[in-house]
Amino acid sequence: MEILLSVILGFMIIGAIYALHANDLLSAVIAQGIVGYGLVICFLHLRAPDLAIVQIVVETITLIIMVAVVLDSSRKELKTPAGWKGSVNVILGLVFIGFMIYFFDMATASLDVFGEHTLRMSQTYIEQGAQKTGAANLVTGVLWDFRGYDTLGEATILFTAALGVLTVLRMKGKK
Amino acid sequence: MTVYFMCFFLFLVGLYGIVTRRNLIKIVISFTIMEFSVFLFFALIGYVENGVAPILTKNLPENPVFVDPLPQAMVLTAIVIGLATSAMLLAIAIRLYKKYGTFDIREINNLRG
Repeated sequence: MEILLSVILGFMIIGAIYALHANDLLSAVIAQGIVGYGLVICFLHLRAPDLAIVQIVVETITLIIMVAVVLDSSRKELKTPAGWKGSVNVILGLVFIGFMIYFFDMATASLDVFGEHTLRMSQTYIEQGAQKTGAANLVTGVLWDFRGYDTLGEATILFTAALGVLTVLRMKGKK
Repeated sequence: MTVYFMCFFLFLVGLYGIVTRRNLIKIVISFTIMEFSVFLFFALIGYVENGVAPILTKNLPENPVFVDPLPQAMVLTAIVIGLATSAMLLAIAIRLYKKYGTFDIREINNLRG
């Protein structure tokens, strides 16, 4: 399982690196699709069918919006030289990444080994979820019943973002 | 542990892209890549070896070991929010392109009221 996931993740990393360095924005967007659909395969192997379904829908919509944006504007990557500011940015990025690796190393020490996860709070959800919520799918039970307020907040964010998109894309601005 | 580190490496690729790229569309792409790596990390944490998907069916094995449903529910929320935020980012990007005629963030730094 770990080897299979590592291979898929390797492809995803290659796709991500290509997406950042492509000269054509359309191919960068398609390369981002490699990452998204690779994630779907990872979810299927991690026994998360709900996530795979949602991710495949979301990735397709994102890809369509991105292709529409790129085709509506310019496809060319910028050709201007980076200059000294560019090198400063690269050095700052590498320093930042070094910090992140240090903290990741600290954080993983307290995590379980991959595949030997101990169920803490979820034990209750699994044992009593079917009687308490009546849902055969435990993920749905957690999402809509035990953590219903989270879902309410999610709906709020969704509607706020939709309002924001409508406001930004409105053709006539206030003078 | 290799899987955790490779997932983190994907996050770092997205972070590097956000810090160093100058093109708005590439910045949005790096943002989504970072998002995906975080989703994958949650799903990896909840995985149990030889577990079954947390769905109660008739033909379950004896004493089934379920995968943790809690991180999956959280990621399900986060995926939909990720779609909303990237749509918002792209809307702002296309609006900036219509105003300035470029995706270069170095040329979008002047505020012309």
